[in-house]
Amino acid sequence: MPGKLKAKIVAGRHLPVMDRASDLTDAFVEVKFGNTTFKTDVCPKSLNPQWNSEWFKFEVDDEDLQDEPLQITVLDHDTYSANDAIGKVYIDIDPLLYSEAASVISGWFPIYDTIHGIRGEINVIVKVELFNDLNRFRQSSCGVKFFCTTCIPQCYRATLVHGFVEELVVNEDPEYQWIDRIRTPRASNEARQRLISLMSGELQRKIGLKVLEMGGNAVVGYLQCFDLEGESGLVVRAIGTACTLDKLSSGSAPNTNTHMHPNTAPASNACNSPSKDGKEPVFVEDLPSSSGPPTPFRALPTSSSSPPPFSPSKPCSRQSSSSDTDLSLTPKTGMGSGGSAGKEAGPLRTLLRQQTQTALEQRGASSSGLLLNAREFPFFTLTSFPPGFLLHVGGVVSARSVKLLDRIHNPDEPETRDAWWEEIRQEIKSHARALGCHAVVGYSESTSICEEVCILSASGTAAILNPRYMREGCLDIGCTDHRFEDPSPPSCGFCHIPYDELNMPFPAQLTYCYHCRRQKVPDVLFTTIDLPSEAAVAGKGCLIQARLCRLKKKAQGETNATAISNLLPFMEYELHTQLMNKLKLRSMNALFGLHIQISVGENMLLGLASATGVYLTALPAPGGIQIAGKTPGDLSNEHISSIQKRINDTIAVNKELYQINPPELAEEGVGSPIPEPRHRSRLFRSHSESSDELSELDLSHGKKDAFVLEIDDTDAVEDIHSLLIDAPPPTGFYSCNTENMPGISNWTSGVQMFTSVRVLRLSNANLTNQGLNKIFTDLCENLLKSFYFKLRSMIPCCLCHLNFTVAVPEEELIQVTVTAVAMTYDKEQTQEKTAEKPVNKGSLEAEEQLQFPLELCADSSSSNIQTASKISGVAESTNISPRAASVDYGSFADRCSTWLELLRLKAHTIRRGSVKTSRRTQSLAHSVSSLERCSPLQEGRSRSLRSSRSFGGSSVTVVKMTPLSFLPGIRIIKYLGIINMFFIRETTSLREEGGVSGFLHSFIAEVFAMVRAHVAALGGNAVVSYSMKECVFMENPNKNQAQCLINVSGDAVICISETDQESSASTANTGQTGGGGTDGAT
Amino acid sequence: MSVELDVFVGNTTIMDEEVYQLWLDGYTVNDAVKVRMEGGVMDECEASKDVLLSDTMDQYRTFQMCERLLHSPAKLANQLLFQIPPHRQIMLIERYYAFDDTFVREVLGKKLSKGTKKDLDDISAKTGVTLKSCRRQFDNFKRVFKVVEELKGPLVENIRQHFLLSDKLARDYAAIVFFANNRFETGKRKLQYLSFQDFAFCAGQLISNWTVGAVGEYNMVEDMDVDLDKEFLQELKELKILITDKDLLDQHKSLVCTALRGKTKVFPEMETSFKNLSRGLINIAAKLTNTKDVRDFFIDLVEKFIEPCRSDRWTAADMKLYLTHYTNSAHILDTFKHQVVWDRYMGVVKSCIFKMYHD
Repeated sequence: MPGKLKAKIVAGRHLPVMDRASDLTDAFVEVKFGNTTFKTDVCPKSLNPQWNSEWFKFEVDDEDLQDEPLQITVLDHDTYSANDAIGKVYIDIDPLLYSEAASVISGWFPIYDTIHGIRGEINVIVKVELFNDLNRFRQSSCGVKFFCTTCIPQCYRATLVHGFVEELVVNEDPEYQWIDRIRTPRASNEARQRLISLMSGELQRKIGLKVLEMGGNAVVGYLQCFDLEGESGLVVRAIGTACTLDKLSSGSAPNTNTHMHPNTAPASNACNSPSKDGKEPVFVEDLPSSSGPPTPFRALPTSSSSPPPFSPSKPCSRQSSSSDTDLSLTPKTGMGSGGSAGKEAGPLRTLLRQQTQTALEQRGASSSGLLLNAREFPFFTLTSFPPGFLLHVGGVVSARSVKLLDRIHNPDEPETRDAWWEEIRQEIKSHARALGCHAVVGYSESTSICEEVCILSASGTAAILNPRYMREGCLDIGCTDHRFEDPSPPSCGFCHIPYDELNMPFPAQLTYCYHCRRQKVPDVLFTTIDLPSEAAVAGKGCLIQARLCRLKKKAQGETNATAISNLLPFMEYELHTQLMNKLKLRSMNALFGLHIQISVGENMLLGLASATGVYLTALPAPGGIQIAGKTPGDLSNEHISSIQKRINDTIAVNKELYQINPPELAEEGVGSPIPEPRHRSRLFRSHSESSDELSELDLSHGKKDAFVLEIDDTDAVEDIHSLLIDAPPPTGFYSCNTENMPGISNWTSGVQMFTSVRVLRLSNANLTNQGLNKIFTDLCENLLKSFYFKLRSMIPCCLCHLNFTVAVPEEELIQVTVTAVAMTYDKEQTQEKTAEKPVNKGSLEAEEQLQFPLELCADSSSSNIQTASKISGVAESTNISPRAASVDYGSFADRCSTWLELLRLKAHTIRRGSVKTSRRTQSLAHSVSSLERCSPLQEGRSRSLRSSRSFGGSSVTVVKMTPLSFLPGIRIIKYLGIINMFFIRETTSLREEGGVSGFLHSFIAEVFAMVRAHVAALGGNAVVSYSMKECVFMENPNKNQAQCLINVSGDAVICISETDQESSASTANTGQTGGGGTDGAT
Repeated sequence: MSVELDVFVGNTTIMDEEVYQLWLDGYTVNDAVKVRMEGGVMDECEASKDVLLSDTMDQYRTFQMCERLLHSPAKLANQLLFQIPPHRQIMLIERYYAFDDTFVREVLGKKLSKGTKKDLDDISAKTGVTLKSCRRQFDNFKRVFKVVEELKGPLVENIRQHFLLSDKLARDYAAIVFFANNRFETGKRKLQYLSFQDFAFCAGQLISNWTVGAVGEYNMVEDMDVDLDKEFLQELKELKILITDKDLLDQHKSLVCTALRGKTKVFPEMETSFKNLSRGLINIAAKLTNTKDVRDFFIDLVEKFIEPCRSDRWTAADMKLYLTHYTNSAHILDTFKHQVVWDRYMGVVKSCIFKMYHD
């Protein structure tokens, strides 16, 4: 009996009139937890009742504390008939379960009714007394902290990063139970809300258990999603990165190193069954366990001379045999049960099997005998890392698979869904390996469901992490490859190709790094992570989107699934081509935060790829785009040259717009925060310049590698036109979809988070793909234009973390949901400073934020340099191993000449089963100058000037919200817990509520209000890493009805504004993330 | 292809003051878009008509949702649905309760009843204020009237606290409530030349001098600032002596004339019309016990005093001079014992006439 929950109902206000006769209400409150219910007295005839109840006490297991929400129902007492419900409040008490977070929940909560929306407010106080529980077989995981933030939270230091955790729970959807036929919509909605709340609680508890087993105490980058599978049930799943976090007392200098040892989860965790005990881990039997128990291991940061115990190696492809073996040997018990369920169609299943076998064959069976612990996935949901942590980035890896949904027969055995994800993750892992990488960062998973078809997607960025931070034996590394001990300047190394130049997984054009000139870099780099803080960029970044619609025939079951499977690779390919073209059009060479969403509807598929384009100075300058007719003597030569001119003009304009003026010489303006290494790296560079590499570099400048677009039919012309449609943001605006805006760091305090939803009805019955594309593109572009217009008062301003979600809710509807934050910045300073400034500040900031000491940076770089000096001259690895061609077709995409070939290849792949993709990427960064540190004063001042905008005087706490992990000019001093809320709103009087727009507008406003109220009740004043995971909107205008489901999440925090003094002291470190610093002025 | 749904919701509620004004003025969305386009807002941010339309619709929706809260402005500060910075809240309230002088001029002194509300379309047609805006303004009057009706204490202060209005606006509302309560006639043709501000000033004078609340001892009673002080109205009858007593009248006239002689060009006219004018003012005072005559207070002032003076071409300065001496001379009359009542009466009448004496 490890916990006592106490709740007190204080008062209500603004209650609705429930008794028409008296225009008043006789309200009372029911407080329910688990199966226990208490009631307050009736407060007669008042719209502002004062109950001032006793403390209601619930004695409960901490397991229940984690799973169950406190349920408060406000009712109107009626002597003669049944009491009428006014509305409910669900309070998640999880934040009270860890000691450092909130100690009490107290405040005004909106009383919410799924039919009427917010109806007044209620003041509640909730406390929890936890008793120490030493039972080691406990099922609860109280005390494990959860963060949505995808970096190490600001006031913590990561002493260990353990790795990937995942879990899913399934249940029947109350909306589809038989009882739903006889109960009211309100009862049904409430059953659903309650169930999802329970399931998320359970999920979080189970993930927490895994974290405890791994020896961690927190989950960072926690991503929870719902799959509303309709008839077949409800799935709640979550992924995250387990860490051991230490709270930093403010003022203490972070001094401990961070080490990662991913995936040391005990075997039982690999199988995500809720009933863990006695379950055989799926593939434990084929594998000798290479990792011991998860005992955290700390390396001393000062041991600069010690060579890494292991080096991640390019010949990773060889290791793949082991994983591929796993893959094919994985019996997929879940699949078995799926088969028995009937709908898991035979063909699809065999296709899958074939697919994995193909992968196996293609990867080749060679093995260097490395031991890989395949029970685990070396995945990290984090998107930004401390400097020096990320050694090399291989590129984007993604996998998709089309599944037919079937009723979940036994909620306690979610193996089918588990197995599906298992497959996808295996695929991701093998893709990563094909790219010579041993880890996947910026990893995320998503689904799109239409009727009984479900597309599962996962994507991430293949990467090599610094083995110095790995626990011995926990990663699949071991082969020493000198290339990676080499030295790359701490800031530029991460962009060098991790794979073997002579044995590339795909054709790519490599050049020597424009920064260090010793390693090879690709011409373009795509990633799903944030721009590493130490990367050197030229100019500013910008949002780049590829949008695509594909019609498909309506079909059922397997036919439908097959049709979708067949379409997917074409879509991915085209999205990729679009991205590439748009990138070149903006004269940029790298994409960060790439997110590709493919959404399925009854008669079409929608694809939307968003990313932030940037010019990495380490990568070669992008060649232009060259237009070519199909034949040299094409009639439309004039036409072509006019298009060519337009394109060239656009490129020139964009260069100007984004201020892309890369330095002629890589060294220019390059500095490193640590003087010593910079000096050295210069030395090396000049050394290498003497070689004939220079000429090679020069060649790449020419038109030789210009991107050629062939105009062979009208479609191609259309495509090119659509390329040019994207209007640049108006003056004073920039946009990106990442945490940090490349090229801007001097944020001022203006912050405006917003959500926008637009639904388009396609009335035209016979639309073509081209027509649809145009409509879809216009929809997205118009949305952006609307944002710019609405936010014009904030100029100069940047729209950050623009997160677009597309859906096809009905046959002829396209829905786009956007959540983003607009932040003001100081224009003057941006113009004065060079492009490097933000970068540097960012790096410093990240360092502070992530609690990686400066020593680490210095240390690793100097040690790298040392090794480098030993082997300088042996530039390239000699490990050349033959390898089979991979089917990672995405990576071919930038070679136009291979279009047809590629398509054929893809179609081929697809026919064989589920879809997969992998993309290659690479990037490079300059080390950054520390000169900018001298200019924080101005910035601090200007910021504080702007922040004088006061909100004081209101009785309601102002709660700021942002999808980013930070707020400009403000320091987070405490994380209060995760906010994860699910709401349903339904109406049977749509017209009266202002139509669909009016309905949704007030619902979204209500959701914001409820989030703010919960945060305020926890004692917080901001939500960071806020996201709207789900916004499912359904309407039936003929019946005057509509329903909407919204799921939001984020981290509730307490933050304080930096005073002038503080900011002058700390902005040097906090520029980019605006006040995340933990350097303790307070 | 059509936009089925289009919403934009900010954590901090975004409100454009220009659009708010258009909404308050009762423009339809399409008209508002036209006005905005003409206003050149499109040039900012390269907006298109669609963008403008979408933005206008969003804002209109937001305002509609806020309207409920604006009906009891105190709620706006502690509601949770919209996060609106305080200075914005103040702006929202102030503008919502602002009104058109031309409109209020039409309903001033009328009963704030359903009957009047039905006439709003006529008023709308006459004043050029949109019907929607007329309704809002009328409902505001009515709402304020209803709320303060039941409250004790000073009228202006009650309005200001209850509706969080600025002092100026609260005073205007007090005037409207005062006029509606006493049903002063303001619509006659002869009164058309007077603006709302003229009346509001007069109302302020009446409230602070002639009501129950004007006498310090009656603090905190209901309607203290709305109802005229009955006792005072009774006492006013005593002033009749100034015109009924022949000696007093003559004495008064000679005192005034002595003082005025040589100081104004219209002295002869003043001298001749003194008795008439004095009778006019005193008769108004004496009749104020009748509700009907209270209603006609302003029309009487115009007919009995302002018009005769105007026809004699008095300047405003002449008027001031005359009334000052007229009032002060009464103090010198030794047989006139009602100095306090006289001052209380003439103080208000004097300032009302000053205010009302213009073209």
